[in-house]
Amino acid sequence: MRHIISLLMENEPGALSRVIGLFSQRNYNIESLTVAATEDPTLSRLTLTTIGKEEVIEQITKNLNKLIEVVKLVDLSESAHIERELMLVKIKASGAQRAEVKRTADIFRGQIVDVTPSIYTVQLAGTTDKLDSFIQAVGAASIVEVVRSGVTGIARGDKVLSL
Amino acid sequence: MELLSGAEMVVRSLRDEGVKYIYGYPGGALLHIYDALFKEHDLTHILVRHEQAATHMADGYARATGKAGVVLVTSGPGATNAVTGIATAYMDSIPMVVISGQVPSAAVGTDAFQETDMIGVSRPIVKHSFMVKHPSEIPEVIKKAFYLAESGRPGPVVVDIPKDMTNPTDKYEYSYPKKAKLRSYVPPTRGHSGQIRKAVEMLLAAKRPLLYSGGGVVLGHASSQLTELARALNLPVTNTLMGLGAYPGTDRQFLGMPGMHGSYTANLAMHHCDVLFAVGARFDDRVVNGVAKFCPTAKIIHIDIDPATISKTIKADIPIVGPVNSVLDDMLAELKSMNVKQDANVVNSWWKQIDEWRGNGRLFPYNEGDGSIIKPQAVIETLMDVTGGDAYITSDVGQHQMFAAQYYRFDKPNRWINSGGLGTMGFGFPAAMGIKLSFPDETVACVTGEGSIQMNIQELSTCLQYDLPVKIVNLNNGALGMVRQWQDMQYNSRYSHSYMESLPDFIKLAEAYGHVGIRITDLKDLKPKMEEAFALKDRLVFLDIQVDTSEHVYPMQIRDGAMRDMWLSKTERT
Repeated sequence: MRHIISLLMENEPGALSRVIGLFSQRNYNIESLTVAATEDPTLSRLTLTTIGKEEVIEQITKNLNKLIEVVKLVDLSESAHIERELMLVKIKASGAQRAEVKRTADIFRGQIVDVTPSIYTVQLAGTTDKLDSFIQAVGAASIVEVVRSGVTGIARGDKVLSL
Repeated sequence: MELLSGAEMVVRSLRDEGVKYIYGYPGGALLHIYDALFKEHDLTHILVRHEQAATHMADGYARATGKAGVVLVTSGPGATNAVTGIATAYMDSIPMVVISGQVPSAAVGTDAFQETDMIGVSRPIVKHSFMVKHPSEIPEVIKKAFYLAESGRPGPVVVDIPKDMTNPTDKYEYSYPKKAKLRSYVPPTRGHSGQIRKAVEMLLAAKRPLLYSGGGVVLGHASSQLTELARALNLPVTNTLMGLGAYPGTDRQFLGMPGMHGSYTANLAMHHCDVLFAVGARFDDRVVNGVAKFCPTAKIIHIDIDPATISKTIKADIPIVGPVNSVLDDMLAELKSMNVKQDANVVNSWWKQIDEWRGNGRLFPYNEGDGSIIKPQAVIETLMDVTGGDAYITSDVGQHQMFAAQYYRFDKPNRWINSGGLGTMGFGFPAAMGIKLSFPDETVACVTGEGSIQMNIQELSTCLQYDLPVKIVNLNNGALGMVRQWQDMQYNSRYSHSYMESLPDFIKLAEAYGHVGIRITDLKDLKPKMEEAFALKDRLVFLDIQVDTSEHVYPMQIRDGAMRDMWLSKTERT
């Protein structure tokens, strides 16, 4: 099953390499990874998605918690949460295609953020599934370039990950 | 407040931490620190002949005393030479602080002379590591390094110090912190009381209980609690390779170690038990054999300070996260307060079964032969006899290590010192040196083979310089015995590169380094010559003992089988 693990870690050089190193060292799978500083400049928030059996996920969270720089950790998939991924896509947009791309972007609530005579650049945020569907709807033949941020997420309601 | 340079802070911090010995080797990036060390008289620095030996010396010291060993190595090759020793300590959870020099910060990343990314190289084999960014943070970083190395599940910590951080002319206020503070690191202090009660209840109700304890009991100073609990519940006990001595090896309740070369009795008891009580052990692959067939009838109680060890390979029914000594204390208290009593008849019939498996002979039977050639097993039995079973015994890796673990019956913890997890050849001799330095009045012997001893033999020179009269017991069979054993059993005796054609004359070699060498080739000389060697208290004696090359270590578990599936000799299996 796919899990979204979100953690707070010390905003120090080397902390990220320990997280990534753990995954390669122990042969764990890593699907996506995002990391940035938080409102507290001493902390970074890292969100990663991974796929594995429950026993493996348990080991992943235990070993992440063991890293000295990891302060707190939550497996978002264990309870209600919101997940988002940001995507920028360059799509061929000339002739009759141009209107079609615009329509599809509207349906998916994407925004066209850059325009040239032959290209639309679409910005789209949503779940991984939604982004995948958009690419499918547009069709591989029209896609010039895709950039995805990787998944980030937050728990629903009052639950927070903080010190 | 006193003003000190970074180099002086390193030295002073170590002194204020209570460090007595530093094992190291100087080099360019460390020159400021070595200059500060020159003026410091409370710290003893041991100049090794190779950095790997420095780490093993620190490791041996740590295993015998429970305190972190301290290593000082220079940048580049000095640091990389230390890597094997750091990995050895990491695998066995040994507290160690390794201070490595680094090129000046402005040169970091430029492929400077003797530059290695030590933080990167050591990352997978350390508990944590630090790179010093400013001289003023040195005391705090060193305090944290010791705290991390020694607390929780211990392990090695690397502190990488760029040379400019130790510049003698840049002085800063120095004070050594009393406590280390890390908001993200809180090792557990107590086990969960509900789980502890459930564990005691399960043990009281068990029909065929078995106590399986590992290195965590030695590291966690829980030997006396473990012994008390085992006696209170009349539990059969098996100690892993890393846990030998945690329960007295000569006691009736002790069945020998379990696993690949474990005793017939211990492996059978493990296979048939209904409650496996695992304490500070990690279900290593050399213990459990085939995971799918492991202990088919057992419920498992698992105590460990590291939650990631629990249910890693074998699912625990009652997991307890906590320091083994406090958890065992709580279990003893719980046991005393409970009204439920154990059914003595049930446990006695389990013991009857175990005694049948055990028989009346040796725990590890072997064919003594006709006496024309010395059996390696007999050497260890004689060593046990000559040292009264009370020596510090270190070992290298291979057949001799297994023979030492099988035939030397350790009654105390911290006396058996070997590289169990990483299996590092070359470990035993420097480890013995580290112990002898701290316990000059104790007998310290390194059981080794002619393969392993040559991996750090240069330290004979260090022993002369610092007067470290350890005893080297070399089981010389002229072959890499364990490799040869596998080649015998699985490769139709094709001895691919497992023998050495030009072994040195170890007697002359020992003499060349200023020590005593004694060769033993006849069984009748074994005991008297060994006695002679151990009577030379103030000399290092290299005992080169010619033993039977064809001897194998048994039992030997059959790969991917159950605990009970073993070869008992070359022709006989369970």
